[in-house]
Amino acid sequence: MMAKLLTPEVFMIVKVVAVFIIVLTMVAIGTWVERRGAAFIQDRVGPNRVALFGKFRIMGLTQPVADGIKFFFKEDVIPDNVDRILFVIAPIIAFIPATMTFAAIPFGRPFDVNGVNYFLSILPPATNIGVLYILAIGSMGVYGIIIGSWASNNKWSILGGMRASAQVISYELAMTMAVVGVVLSTGSLQLDEVISAQTGLWNVVPQFLGALVFFVAMFAETNRLPFDLAEGESEIIGYHTEYGSMKFSMFALAEYANMITAAALFVTLYLGGWHFPWLDQWIWGSILAFLMKLIFILWIFVWVRWTLPRFRYDQLMRLGWKVMIPLSLVNMVVVAIFLAYRG
Amino acid sequence: MKKEVKLSFWDRLYLPAIIVGMGITIKHFFKTLFTRPSNRYTVEFPERKKDLPEWYRGLHRLNTREDGSIKCVACYCCATACPADAIFIEAEDIDDLDEGYPREKRPKQFIIDLHRCIFCGYCEEACPEDAIILTNEYEITQLSREEGLITMEELVKTPKKKMD
Repeated sequence: MMAKLLTPEVFMIVKVVAVFIIVLTMVAIGTWVERRGAAFIQDRVGPNRVALFGKFRIMGLTQPVADGIKFFFKEDVIPDNVDRILFVIAPIIAFIPATMTFAAIPFGRPFDVNGVNYFLSILPPATNIGVLYILAIGSMGVYGIIIGSWASNNKWSILGGMRASAQVISYELAMTMAVVGVVLSTGSLQLDEVISAQTGLWNVVPQFLGALVFFVAMFAETNRLPFDLAEGESEIIGYHTEYGSMKFSMFALAEYANMITAAALFVTLYLGGWHFPWLDQWIWGSILAFLMKLIFILWIFVWVRWTLPRFRYDQLMRLGWKVMIPLSLVNMVVVAIFLAYRG
Repeated sequence: MKKEVKLSFWDRLYLPAIIVGMGITIKHFFKTLFTRPSNRYTVEFPERKKDLPEWYRGLHRLNTREDGSIKCVACYCCATACPADAIFIEAEDIDDLDEGYPREKRPKQFIIDLHRCIFCGYCEEACPEDAIILTNEYEITQLSREEGLITMEELVKTPKKKMD
């Protein structure tokens, strides 16, 4: 029965729905983990009051549901002097690339049933533009921030948007050049090749420098705390100053979705994707291995956020242009020389 | 700007310092995670209540004698001492003079305006009869302005301090 139902078309629909639901669920749980984690790191308790049916508190896990309901029922204010069309579509533009990027990421071992090959990513993993697709779509998320800040017609918003765009340009370069090292050593832009090239030895070991640059640039790309100058709630209120209700929430969701995608990308490029000793011989085991690595990287996002203070703007620029880009170049050159001499 | 601290090469790498910092935060995380909720710094209020010191100044109470009559003799000392002018007393005469408790007056009305009261405790200090005291009761809320004016009948019912 199940085997008859399993056609590539049905499998594709199941995959799309499952990936979308799982990413959105992880976004919701991510907000909870962020708040509880922050609280525990600061010796507080955090949100633990919201109870299911008024009885079961389950450590406040229903807090994201309550937040969502609150955001939906809030008044949706559109200020007078904003560009209405851009103002409305900006949160959507911020959110879509984050989920689109996830389409290219293989999250499990491909398998064969009745001579048909099934792969566990939405785009075929043999897509030749795999890495390019991710870099192209992934950096589009910042358009939402820039458009939203510009359409808001507000000084604080524009400051935030300008910071976001300058920051993304600076760190995108370093990030891309770090990825070039991976592409060089793999010899392919296909993500399944990148993953299978890492069997035995994950890229994070031979290309530690590149992984480090990519990791730092990841924080800047997703506007997370050491680099959250676009928001900077204590100095400028940020690009979403004029936003409220669900539109504001969309920006927050986009930030978390971006985090998940960036973490998934890091796992794919440097931590061996779904490879894990012993565990990846089964399909479910490979998915589990991928999820474990993903969740660990996501936890590091939260962990770093509550450890480091925000950079000053000139420090951010200096780090981007004078440290990160040279380091990524060094990584690229070292990998290139190594490959040239090995033959 | 002149930099007063010269950072060594190791410091300028930032990463060792960041890793040490992350070690500190994760230590706090696990410390809080493995502490029982009752031992954490946060007192989760409706379920748990803070142990108050005995000098805590909360809701007022009018003490009574063993026979149930109010100790207050309507001397107006507390109303005079009150910096916030929160106490209103109307006195009345007592006809039957008792040898055991020689007093001539008692309050007919004794109203404390909780909206005005600053809980300074001067009334307690001024009282010559130990009639008015401030208890440890701090959950004082009303739904209207009128309920904030508490009368003699309610003041008598305020629970005593735990140590009493």
